[in-house]
Amino acid sequence: MAEFRLPENSRINKHGKVHKAPTGATRVRTFKVYRYDPHGGENPRVDTFEIDMDNCGPMVLDALIKIKNEIDPSLTFRRSCREGICGSCAMNIDGTNTLACTKSCDEVKGEVKIYPLPHMPVVKDLVPDLTQFYAQYASVKPWLQSRTPAPPDRERLQAPEEQEKIDRPSACILCACCSTSCPSYWWNGDRYLGPAALLAAYRWIIDSRDEATGERLDALEDPFKLYRCHTIMNCTEACPKDLNPAKAIAEIKKMMVERSHT
Amino acid sequence: MSLRSPLGKVIGRGSAKQGVSHWWGQRLSAVALAFLGLWFVLQVTGLNAYDYDSVRAWIGSGVTPVLLVQLIAALAWHSALGVQVVLEDYVHAKAIKLAALVASIFFHVFVAVAGSYAVLRIAFTTT
Repeated sequence: MAEFRLPENSRINKHGKVHKAPTGATRVRTFKVYRYDPHGGENPRVDTFEIDMDNCGPMVLDALIKIKNEIDPSLTFRRSCREGICGSCAMNIDGTNTLACTKSCDEVKGEVKIYPLPHMPVVKDLVPDLTQFYAQYASVKPWLQSRTPAPPDRERLQAPEEQEKIDRPSACILCACCSTSCPSYWWNGDRYLGPAALLAAYRWIIDSRDEATGERLDALEDPFKLYRCHTIMNCTEACPKDLNPAKAIAEIKKMMVERSHT
Repeated sequence: MSLRSPLGKVIGRGSAKQGVSHWWGQRLSAVALAFLGLWFVLQVTGLNAYDYDSVRAWIGSGVTPVLLVQLIAALAWHSALGVQVVLEDYVHAKAIKLAALVASIFFHVFVAVAGSYAVLRIAFTTT
């Protein structure tokens, strides 16, 4: 059966270390941060950090960087661009998958709870193992496939309205917020490709320059790879770039039915 | 432990090249059930009496048995498709999954045949 409880060695000790705010701090926010050290031999725990917001930037990532710089340098997380374009700092904040760099602390009421992306193996602290996620992306062959050779003197042409169709789906930053928010992906992530990979597949299926549409649809027509999507819509809800993977998957299903049943 | 590449694992045995008919069947049976279900509710609520003889007479009258058999077929089909998805979603132990999928098909066929037989028997014995 699907496992509804965490395995024994993954259960979280809610009473981790507590780091108090410096004396005299007036605007204190409490951050509860998931910690796991693969070499420590202990179960994961939740550490408490009290931060003086008068000396901290407004975003959740600012708080994490402050914690790492000033309180606990062992805290591990991915971050790079700090402006929502690299997708590195995707994590579960206040119960929702999002990017720490674009999530303002003010949006969260009470304690700011920070966990790694759900249902993924944890490498350390807030760093999930995304190996399978990237392999799923690679499996949809996210590149142009065309038998018609490119014009020798210029790029392949596309009408503005054809470009517009791939404009939004192309904006995916592969942060994995959508796939790791999807219950179907939690239960069957080894066989279901997940919303991010399917959005990427859709982006190439509808690309007017691509000539592998049929092969792409063939590769997806599978009870697990595509049809594990039950239109739960967590993906669209979670996407920090306001993209719509759920709609992309629905469009793929529509194309499948159109080519075989209508 | 496996040293197979992550991409190799994801590609696995490739696409089963099916699933679209299952999806289409779910929608078709749902539409059929919407109409047949509405018809059934209207008919049953519109009956003059609910004693054994009145209901039996209704089942055997006119187009009722034809639509009732269709309702039973659509219901069993829709349920079989739905239960299959639930089992595939949540049951991961190979042997149990296979046994459950087979049992579900047998159960739904049995229900469909038994229900249809009951309706037809009434239809053919009502004068």
